[in-house]
Amino acid sequence: MMSWLLVMPIAIPFATAVFAWLARMRPSGRWISLAGSIASLVASVALLLAVLEHGVVAAQMSNWDAPFGITLVADYLGVVMVVITAITGLATAIYALGEIPQRMERLGYHPLFQTLIAGVTGAFLTGDLFNLYVWFEVMLISSFGLLVLGGSREQLDAGIKYVALNLVSTLVFLSGIGLLYGMTGTLNMADLREAVANVENQGLVTVVAMMFMVGFGVKAAVFPLFFWLPASYHTPSFAVSAVFAGLLTKVGVYAMMRMFTLVFVGDVGFTHEILIWVSALTMLVGVIGAAAQSDFRKILSFHIISQIGYMTLGLALYTPLALMGGVFYLVHHIIVKANLFLVSGVANKLAGHTDLNRIGGLYKSSPFLAAMFVIPAFSLAGFPPLSGFWAKYLIVKASIELDNWIIAFVALFVGLLTIFSMTKIWGMAFWKPHPDGIDPTPDRAPDHVRVPMMIPIVGLAAMTIVIGFFPEPFVQFAEIAAGQLLDPSLYVSTVLGVRP
Amino acid sequence: MEALTALIVGLLVAASVYLMLARNFMRFLFGLILLSNAANLVIFASGRMTPGSPALVPYGADAPLGEVGNALPQALVLTAIVIGFGLLAFTLALAFETYRRLRTMDSDKMRLAEPKEENQ
Repeated sequence: MMSWLLVMPIAIPFATAVFAWLARMRPSGRWISLAGSIASLVASVALLLAVLEHGVVAAQMSNWDAPFGITLVADYLGVVMVVITAITGLATAIYALGEIPQRMERLGYHPLFQTLIAGVTGAFLTGDLFNLYVWFEVMLISSFGLLVLGGSREQLDAGIKYVALNLVSTLVFLSGIGLLYGMTGTLNMADLREAVANVENQGLVTVVAMMFMVGFGVKAAVFPLFFWLPASYHTPSFAVSAVFAGLLTKVGVYAMMRMFTLVFVGDVGFTHEILIWVSALTMLVGVIGAAAQSDFRKILSFHIISQIGYMTLGLALYTPLALMGGVFYLVHHIIVKANLFLVSGVANKLAGHTDLNRIGGLYKSSPFLAAMFVIPAFSLAGFPPLSGFWAKYLIVKASIELDNWIIAFVALFVGLLTIFSMTKIWGMAFWKPHPDGIDPTPDRAPDHVRVPMMIPIVGLAAMTIVIGFFPEPFVQFAEIAAGQLLDPSLYVSTVLGVRP
Repeated sequence: MEALTALIVGLLVAASVYLMLARNFMRFLFGLILLSNAANLVIFASGRMTPGSPALVPYGADAPLGEVGNALPQALVLTAIVIGFGLLAFTLALAFETYRRLRTMDSDKMRLAEPKEENQ
């Protein structure tokens, strides 16, 4: 029973990908993709309910007991990421109904998209290090395909940088796995916790930990390893960039959170101290980079980087409150960031471009879209009572409790600069008149395009408001998730079972 | 045996870093291939080298007799090779298509998706 619950969120997207590929020449392909996304969400929620009941849920594939077989495991953090992946997947699947042209559907947009979702979900659910690498690759290869699908010159240029840097990070990660296996003789993450603690030469463990930090750091786009992100995220179709922005970097953050709370906790004073300063610089550089841009999606891309800093900071401070903030931030950020990219797609459809100097007038002509931009934008900047306020509040409070005033100041200062960028988009895209004298009214996009594009935007904005006004259950959830990360005894015992 | 493998890995990584620092994307790709092989060797060596003792069970026995090679890293390397092969094949195709469309392999000239540098 448990194993089915754990397998379904991965198996459904894979099955959907197969059927969507078979039907890619027909209009039914997109509806198969949509149905698959709905089914994934149902399966994820079922898993969520099981985790809420049991705390941690684990299953051994083919009944090969851990640590020898492949383990799937969902704790609070894992399952919330799976649910949020399914929500983002559903939102972008609806959005794609309006945005993705038939030409891209025939090239296999929907199968690639579903495989990406399967890879991301797999990475969140696996309890085996080498398996994590495999899921990373599944995710990576389908993201490569999605990034260059359409084949414009810009996309190819972006693809080269994205592919090259991500492959290097994968190889660093893979070598790290090899070395860790050489030291401990196991790859099961729960088993590794004890095995790593028993390694005689702890210096070597720290070296390998740094290899993992670099490997995951490239995926998460932390300073100074983020250069592939602003070079590529503004080139693919808007649905693709929304799902990239929402999920891909967060897989890196998740993997970092998992490994640096479960396995690499022997030298917290060294590894996590590095991570604190990396996080601070990530926040600052990202937000300053955004200030220099004048393209809707490029500004948002740099803001991904700056926000990643808050999440890794939650891990780096390594207190219950900070980790709780980090988990809360992850969830809030995925919803908000995906939504902002979706809004930029609608703005592009109506006003004709993403370069802020060449568009305008959206507030006057499409006030509803403007309202839908304001909600995630102000949530991103951390305005109360939206979700971002609580996320930032927890992180800043955690750093003040540690008397780390510099970090608290940086976090607040970055929030201020985020407002600057958001008001820049607001002023240039929404407030000023359109430079070409165009009136970007909603009917510039036909109903069958606009309506599916607006549904997920409204839905995600509603979620932002709900989290903002009723943060209590979400904060409690994040608190338990952080507790499980800091004390993974339940995780370990559930995975390994009761051993004689 | 392990020492020799370690030296080879070091050489491969050094050569691949040298290649990856080149401006030409093809050279970068060759560097990546070398790095991928180095990573595979690391995994292979991490299972400890046991020359001349394959992981085989003799006919009629239930378990291998005596010392045998560790089969797990070999399975891991096999997986990594297959995945790496797929990724590199994709990257090669991407490089070819990029060359066809952009008419350059010089990564300094690939600036379409990024702002141009002022003083060039």
